[in-house]
Amino acid sequence: MNTEILGVLLMYLLTVALAIPLGRYVGKVFEGDKTWLDRLFNPIDRVFFKLSGIDAKKEMNWKQHLVALLTINLVWFLLSMFVLMNMSWLPLNPDANPSMSADLAFNTSVSFVSNTNLQHYSGETGLSYLGQMILMLWQFISAATGIAICAVVFRAMKERTTDKLGNFYNFLVRSATRILFPLSIVVALILVFNGTPMNYEGKAQYVSMQGDTVHVSRGPAAAMVAIKQLGTNGGGYFGPNSAHPLENPNYFTNIVENLSIMLIPIAMVFALGYVLKRKKFAWMIFGVMTLGFLLLLFNAIYFEMQGNPAIAKMGISQPLGSMEGKEVRFGPAASAAWGVSTTVTSNGSVNSMHDSFTPLAGMSALLGMMINSFYGGVGVGFLNFYIFIIIAVFISGLMVGRTPEFLGKKIEAKEMKIASIIALLHPLLILAGTAISSYLYAHDPTAYAGWLNNPGNHGFSEMLYEFTSSSANNGSGFEGLGDNTPFWNIACGVVMLLARFLPIIGPVAIAGILAKKKYIPESAGTLKTDTGTFGIMVFAVIFILAALSFFPALTLGPIAEYFGLK
Amino acid sequence: MSIHKRTNKLFEPALVKEALKQSFIKLDPRIQFKNPVMFTVEICTAFMLGVCIWIAAGETAQGSLLYNIIITAILLITLLFANFAEAIAEARGKAQADSLRKTREDTPAKKVFIIGDMYVNEIKTVPSSQLVKGDLFICEAGDTIPLDGEIVEGIATIDESAITGESAPVIRESGGDKSSVTGGTTVLSDKIKVRVTTGPGESFLDKMIALVEGASRQKTPNEISLTILLAGFTLIFIIVCVTLKPFADYANTPITMAAFISLFVCLIPTTIGGLLSAIGIAGMDRALRANVITKSGKAVETAGDLDTLLLDKTGTITIGNRKATNFYPANGVDAATFTEACVLSSLADQTPEGKSIIELAKLDANSFNTNGARFIEFTAETRSSGIDLPAVGTGLPAIKIRKGAFDSIRNMVTKAGNSFPAETEEDVRKISSNGGTPLVVCQNNVALGVIELQDIIKPGIQERFERLRKMGVKTVMVTGDNPLTAKFIAEKAGVDDFIAEAKPEDKMNYIKQEQQGGKLVAMMGDGTNDAPALAQADVGVAMNSGTAAAKEAGNMVDLDNDPTKLIEIVEIGKQLLMTRGTLTTFSIANDVAKYFAIVPALFIASIPALQGLNIMRLHSPESAILSAIIFNAIIIPLLIPLALKGVAYKPIGASLLLRRNLLIYGMGGLLVPFIGIKLIDMLVSIWF
Repeated sequence: MNTEILGVLLMYLLTVALAIPLGRYVGKVFEGDKTWLDRLFNPIDRVFFKLSGIDAKKEMNWKQHLVALLTINLVWFLLSMFVLMNMSWLPLNPDANPSMSADLAFNTSVSFVSNTNLQHYSGETGLSYLGQMILMLWQFISAATGIAICAVVFRAMKERTTDKLGNFYNFLVRSATRILFPLSIVVALILVFNGTPMNYEGKAQYVSMQGDTVHVSRGPAAAMVAIKQLGTNGGGYFGPNSAHPLENPNYFTNIVENLSIMLIPIAMVFALGYVLKRKKFAWMIFGVMTLGFLLLLFNAIYFEMQGNPAIAKMGISQPLGSMEGKEVRFGPAASAAWGVSTTVTSNGSVNSMHDSFTPLAGMSALLGMMINSFYGGVGVGFLNFYIFIIIAVFISGLMVGRTPEFLGKKIEAKEMKIASIIALLHPLLILAGTAISSYLYAHDPTAYAGWLNNPGNHGFSEMLYEFTSSSANNGSGFEGLGDNTPFWNIACGVVMLLARFLPIIGPVAIAGILAKKKYIPESAGTLKTDTGTFGIMVFAVIFILAALSFFPALTLGPIAEYFGLK
Repeated sequence: MSIHKRTNKLFEPALVKEALKQSFIKLDPRIQFKNPVMFTVEICTAFMLGVCIWIAAGETAQGSLLYNIIITAILLITLLFANFAEAIAEARGKAQADSLRKTREDTPAKKVFIIGDMYVNEIKTVPSSQLVKGDLFICEAGDTIPLDGEIVEGIATIDESAITGESAPVIRESGGDKSSVTGGTTVLSDKIKVRVTTGPGESFLDKMIALVEGASRQKTPNEISLTILLAGFTLIFIIVCVTLKPFADYANTPITMAAFISLFVCLIPTTIGGLLSAIGIAGMDRALRANVITKSGKAVETAGDLDTLLLDKTGTITIGNRKATNFYPANGVDAATFTEACVLSSLADQTPEGKSIIELAKLDANSFNTNGARFIEFTAETRSSGIDLPAVGTGLPAIKIRKGAFDSIRNMVTKAGNSFPAETEEDVRKISSNGGTPLVVCQNNVALGVIELQDIIKPGIQERFERLRKMGVKTVMVTGDNPLTAKFIAEKAGVDDFIAEAKPEDKMNYIKQEQQGGKLVAMMGDGTNDAPALAQADVGVAMNSGTAAAKEAGNMVDLDNDPTKLIEIVEIGKQLLMTRGTLTTFSIANDVAKYFAIVPALFIASIPALQGLNIMRLHSPESAILSAIIFNAIIIPLLIPLALKGVAYKPIGASLLLRRNLLIYGMGGLLVPFIGIKLIDMLVSIWF
């Protein structure tokens, strides 16, 4: 087999092999079961709780969980706004970078607090080290928030009839200290030993062989790269993200970083299996997610390795495949694999230019974000998937002749209402956002000429990608879009806010309401949700509801471009 | 099952005519508003009508007038098809209920006037329509009972075949649990005084008819949830279609209004939206066809969810009428003589017990000389039957043989001054303790012996319980027998659990206990003391013969008084839900093909390269859009038979059932429109 493809395959298998035991561990962390790290972390947690005056044993119902989550997120957002708008005079600014404008600070704060990490700035010139560090803090906290709220939903799914669903702060602290922190240390150390900088010094200078003076940005990069990968954040330290040689020095670090993208999202599925004591159910979910992921992956790798038909038409051979916008040290297969990994998981870090992907490989990336639940972001990926499960349970429950039940709880009008609203939110935000920008551009192309590098179908894809990335809390950019303008900053900011918090509120509400309901024991007539058949049902729901809603839009973007190039 | 399986044809001409009329009446937006999916179609139709007028007034960018008119017409037809589905379901339900109701219209009633013109308790014949709730009337042998009521005085045998289709007469008497009589049935013997319990228009049938008709029909919980989901889908497709306009502007692709509307109407789940209420009505109608009157649609739906069925032993698990299994002659009575006497006494006995005695004796009933014999029929009062043979020239004395319940025969024997043989009394006791019923025979007031009648487990009942088990329904046998007998029968019949020596409160406690565990429980009952349990059960089926209190407490009434009906009711409930689920799946799966028909058609004019996406190779953009929307319309009437009959339920376990339905309706829903749209396109391409 082609070594490039073999590399991708091994990387994926390694990820799953690590995610299974990690999932068990995560499950133990959620359940408060004993782990070998307890001796180290129990005292640390106690310090946190003592300092903040949190009673980690106080049980909360689903509404209290949401209030806690939203309140602390608001506090973080305000703090972030303050720092970003006053970086110029605050400490740790050796390169004397300026403060952000209000709209850019809004966009950036929302972007990092919401685990999106859409960056309308470039790290080297747009942020001080304090700015980088506060954003890095959000990378930990927003990821921990997602994991913690997912733990609440797990708890709700597990309980028979209760409204006591654990303590949010307890889940939050444990997610950060026991899951994200240790893993980040490991990944950061690997990166440091491979050459990624980790210091607080200003730009380095050297004179190149051509005689030019080159300034090389440095700073606490390794730490940030580790958490941006592990926490499905994606916000790079340097502007070019993991395509930058200091952020992702070689093929080995590329494997480690790509693995880090998917590690926790996959582990969350197995954690669910541990918490619910339903391994088969976890494997069903993993199967559906993997099927979707692999379809997108094969599609992307195939088209990237095919090369660009426009270049082929010129009679130029492309033995390496499509190399435009790619790093030679990674090649098209590893770049495509990263492109799909980072979009299905709402990570958003990149190791190549997505703008330069061949049209249908770009569509794979778009679809990954539009569906946003093939693994998905840490914690929140499962929450998105949960909505699809609820809808699939409802339809297939009817199909076997019973009022639909999920894990022994009846699904009724109220849950369907919430599930329907959340299911339509994502298409609404993406399509409405793209519609507004298309409308503005179409009616006054000269005024908005700076927006698009490429007119036509590709330009449409750029706008579609930007809103998709915002709504999926992904944060990767198609680039080629002049996005640091008030319109894009504010529009994307609003989309990110709604797309982060409503899809958290919805599933938590459904799970909370279901947890309170009477438990119905399983019988032979009960729909089994851990079977392959049900998996196919879920996949069909996702495909028809999430993917096909975007069919007309994708037709005007990548599909038209593909047929145009052919 | 019974004579009520009358209207089995799906589309009776008379009903179709009525339904067609209703299809137009239902176009009223106030009626359509209840169904969000079809309501949006109605708005689209009105909008397209406006577009047609706009084009007629000179607009040129929207395609030809004819094309737009055709689109508008197809949308209107889609609406009419959906209305027709609902209307035909209503019409069938109403026809079914009407045919039941007809049996009780305007029969003469012998009304009792407590203070009459001349006497106290004067009896006058009046039309039944003049009776109101609380009135008293008299019925004698041969009379048709004019209205539903409760016997206040007397006992009678009644032929209920007009309602139940069962020819064997039943006994109804005042005071007990069998005091209820139904309008339309006929009194065969004796005389009863009855109090009217329902006013005109208040009977269960009337309530049921109201449920079928639109006015008081309420959506069931699952129907509401499904409507919400469908509304959600509709909203998503609104977003998809509205945002397409600026997208098309950006791509410099003009899209006609007709194309927008067609895309939208094709994508929203019109198939299930149009058939949804028809499915619900058809569910109640199917219940009615099984001779079960439901008081709410919710009850039918709940029936599909049942976990536990409480079944009375007698009549459900065992054949109500026991069978003769043994003859025990008294001391000194020759076995052959006794057998002969048994057969003679049973010659005119048409009950299954009587027939079973002749069967057991293995004697040819025709070999007996019964010239001049007088047969004594069983009455509720004497509790015995028999035969009087005259003394014909042979020198033998006249013979009087009686057969009946132990105490009534013993009375007869001792009254005549004879003693009742101790060994027969012992036999009677033994038979009773083994769960059997003793039937004592005497000749000329001398006891000859006893016939043992035993419970016979209904043939095929084990398979039915097995079927229920596969559905995930637990069966519980309720019996007055002692635990040992109960266990014996329970094991033999294959029920999962039993309640022996059951008192009414035992049923109640069992139901409560099951419900505490989150289970849904159904039971059937007839007595007043069953009423609390009937009310407590999630599905309580009262027998039509039962007391008014029982009927009031339950949420279904079974006209056949057939306890196995619960099993059918469960299947009807499951069918109802399954039909909704499968048609939803079918409807949504259709979208894939429709996308591939319409989306290329929208853009092909300005982006010719998109021809590659036209995988069905449809003729032209116009033909593609027309084909999709025509397919969308005609699939509704094509599925009406399925919606009315319901998807067949197979007790093969939930997982297999899901796989099966997913394969048929999911895959079918994916593939059928590709074929259908292509075929329609081949036809349409002649013109467009």
